Amino acid sequence: MEELIEKLKKEVIEQLNLEDINPDDINPDSPLFGEGLGLDSIDALELIVLLEKNYGIKIEDPKDGKKIFHSIRTMAEYITEHKK
Amino acid sequence: MADAMLPSYIRKINMDQIITSYCRIRDNEVIVNDRLIFYQENIVKFAEVLKSVYIQEQIIYPKFYKMDTISKLGFLATELVLKEKVLEGYRPGAVGVVLSNSSSSLDTDIAHNETIKDRSSYFPSPSVFVYTLPNIVIGEICIRHKIKGENVFLISEAFNGKMLFCYVDELFTNERVDACLCGWVEVLGNKYNAMVALVENNRPMQGTPAGFKPLLFNIENLNLIMTRN
Repeated sequence: MEELIEKLKKEVIEQLNLEDINPDDINPDSPLFGEGLGLDSIDALELIVLLEKNYGIKIEDPKDGKKIFHSIRTMAEYITEHKK
Repeated sequence: MADAMLPSYIRKINMDQIITSYCRIRDNEVIVNDRLIFYQENIVKFAEVLKSVYIQEQIIYPKFYKMDTISKLGFLATELVLKEKVLEGYRPGAVGVVLSNSSSSLDTDIAHNETIKDRSSYFPSPSVFVYTLPNIVIGEICIRHKIKGENVFLISEAFNGKMLFCYVDELFTNERVDACLCGWVEVLGNKYNAMVALVENNRPMQGTPAGFKPLLFNIENLNLIMTRN
C-alpha cells in the first residue's frame, strides 16, 4: 500500500501539473480538494482519467468520486480493490 | 470631408490615452518599460523561459503551472505590466482586455489532438481541452486581476497595430473602458512573441513607472513597442 501511495503522489503531481509541490509535501490522509491541495473540478476529471489510463479502472458512478478522491490513501485503497 | 465622417484613427490625434506600462517577451528576453529584466542565452525550450521568468519575478500563483502556454505567456506579460503600474481606482467593469495573435489556440489544439488521435489510447485530457480557445488567456488574466470589462481576442495573420488601436480607441471613445490591457500573445511550438500594454486615460497626476516616459497611445507606438529591441 505504501509503495502505491508514493507512486500515486508522483502521478498526481505529474497529471495535475503541480510543479511547486513535492511528493513529501503531500500527506496521504489530507483532503485533496478544498483545503489540502486545493484541487478544482477540472482536476477531479483529470484524476478520473488517471485511474482509467494508468490502472484501467473506470468509475461508473460519478457519486463515488467524492469518496474515492478524498485523499491519496483512499485512491490507493480503491485502486487496490478494483485493479484489473 | 466633414471631420465626423472620418474613422476615429484619422479623425483625431488621440491625445487622451497613453501607454503607461508595457511588457515584451520574445527570443528568451523580457523587456518591461524599456528595461531588459530577463535574458537567458542558453534556454532552448519556451516552457523553460516561462518558468524561469515566473520564478525570477517571485510570482506566487500556483494555477500558473496548470495553464496552457498561451495563457502562461499572456499571464506573465500582464503580471509584469501591472507589477509596474498597479490598476488603481478603476471599477472592475471599466477595465478592458483586447488581445490578438495569428495562431489562435492552435498550440493547445495540437496538444489536445495528441491525446485523442490514437483510438486505442483515447484519453482526452480535461485540463488541456479547457484551453482550446484563444480567449481563455483573457479569462485567466481577468480572474487574477478581478477585471470585468469589455474583452475580445482578435485573430490576424500578423501583428496589426491599426486593428488593435482602432478597437481599443473605440472602447475609450464610447466610454466603455477607462483603462485597457491590449496586445499580442502568439505561441506555436517553440515560437512565441508577446506584447501587452496598459492604456489609460491621460489624467493629471497620472502615476507612471519610475524611469519610464509614457507613450502616446497610437498605431506608431504600438508598432514601435512590438519591434523594439
